[in-house]
Amino acid sequence: MKIFIDPPNSLILYDLVERFGHEPLSTMGALREKVNTLEMDSPPLNITHEDVQKGLKYAGIEVPSGIRGRLAVFGPLVDEAEAAIIMEDPPYAFGCVGCHRTTLMLKYLIRKRNIPLLEVKYPTSEDEARTMVGKIKEFLEGLS
Amino acid sequence: MIKIAQLSCGAEYSGVQSEIEKAANSVGAKMVYPDIDYEEIDRAVEEFGFDPASPTLRMMIARAMHLVEGRYDADAVFIATCFRCAEGALIRNEVRRFVQENSRLPVVTYSFTERTKAGQLLTRMEALVTIVERKELLARERQVGLTAGIDSGSTTTKVCILRDNEIIGKYWLPTGEVLNSADTSYEKALEMAGVKARDIEAIGVTGYGRFIIGKKMKAKLIQEELTVNSKGAVWLADRQEGEATIIDIGGMDNKAITVRDGIPDNFTMGGICAGASGRFLEIVAKRLRVEIDELGALADRGDWRKVNMNSYCSIFGIQDLVTSLAEGVSIEDVAAAACHSVAEQVYEQQLQEIDVRQPVIQVGGTSLISGMVTAIKDMLGQQPIVPKDSQFIGAAGAALLSSGFLEGQ
Repeated sequence: MKIFIDPPNSLILYDLVERFGHEPLSTMGALREKVNTLEMDSPPLNITHEDVQKGLKYAGIEVPSGIRGRLAVFGPLVDEAEAAIIMEDPPYAFGCVGCHRTTLMLKYLIRKRNIPLLEVKYPTSEDEARTMVGKIKEFLEGLS
Repeated sequence: MIKIAQLSCGAEYSGVQSEIEKAANSVGAKMVYPDIDYEEIDRAVEEFGFDPASPTLRMMIARAMHLVEGRYDADAVFIATCFRCAEGALIRNEVRRFVQENSRLPVVTYSFTERTKAGQLLTRMEALVTIVERKELLARERQVGLTAGIDSGSTTTKVCILRDNEIIGKYWLPTGEVLNSADTSYEKALEMAGVKARDIEAIGVTGYGRFIIGKKMKAKLIQEELTVNSKGAVWLADRQEGEATIIDIGGMDNKAITVRDGIPDNFTMGGICAGASGRFLEIVAKRLRVEIDELGALADRGDWRKVNMNSYCSIFGIQDLVTSLAEGVSIEDVAAAACHSVAEQVYEQQLQEIDVRQPVIQVGGTSLISGMVTAIKDMLGQQPIVPKDSQFIGAAGAALLSSGFLEGQ
């Protein structure tokens, strides 16, 4: 199944989803095309005006362009997702979209989809980490 | 008295609360504020699924939930947040969707600045009140008797004479002095219809000049253009049942209205930017030295991609077009770029504020410019319906609705 991960650039969540036999929907996948087809710097520096315009599907014109640009990349992944995992309060290095408003909106969009969803808190100890991985494993294995 | 529930964040501290209330009072409505218990806020936010940091936005969500659950009695909803607040803009739109998906309450949204005045809110408040108060009138699907409609727009004045659900006379001219323009158009339309003014059983008036003309002509209906135009549009397009989206790009302002069975349930209205209006196209036509009615065909032969437009502005946008002409781009391409620019701005500033429903009915003077219809089609990915006499929606709608006053006489 296609699993949206939040933060969408989390390598740990990406790895866990793949490891348990599902397809992670991530920033890396969404920007792959841009990396391969445009000659400009590395992503997301090659997000264009047209991309930001596409973000209007998810948020109005008064919403800052950075949010709309991000939603133009992540929004279609949410639309495509068959299930999702949200990690609450992750530290910077865990994988972060860099904009709290976008994160709020993404979580809202996911919750609105009414698809199987697992929300976990970022673990602060080894025991919590084990429990978290266990929960993710159980969730992913329970998806048909 | 019509009760409009206010779901907002920042209105008090922006200094616009009194303006909101003034606008509501002037159309016979009252702003009300759903009471909620403190404990309800967290539950509402959790159920809603969006967890904003701003406490007032959290309260706004709880109030919206209270309304849709029928725990607070209101007739319409006004949703507003500060212009430029990202979190506010996100919540405003989602609360609007939530209320619309879960209730039949008419909604209008607005993002205010400290300069927002009651006058800017008046048409929106008036439309909310009309939708609530005159539901039966708006549900009319057929015109009866002999009635007239006058649409005193910012750029043109249009008149329609209707008899037994048919347009039998029509006329339009550029708006000069408001009363004179209305008188002249009315006389010409009567002439075409072959009837006398004394035979007209009811007159309906809409548009910017509606109050002064309505008073002079003793009109039975004096109504803002949002509801009148949407009624006229679905009548002309023969789409009175079901859902539709009406796009009305006018001379000075634009309207995007969604309707269900001919009754508007959401609308946005632009109006401070000439770059997104018929005025911009007029300026372009003048610069290209063609008549405005030739612009559409020119645009259809051009390619907007060949013109580099950095601005929508009617000053700087025109500058871009002039620069392109100087670089040897054809006038066809410039015409296409102008139409594309207007469509793009309408799309970016208005259509994303409403959920576009099929079919799309394009009306207003600019719908006669074929390039403009093509540009909207390209933007939305589907062909809009342009009904016959599409520039007469306001006049036709006013004549149709005013006939509602004849029954029972």
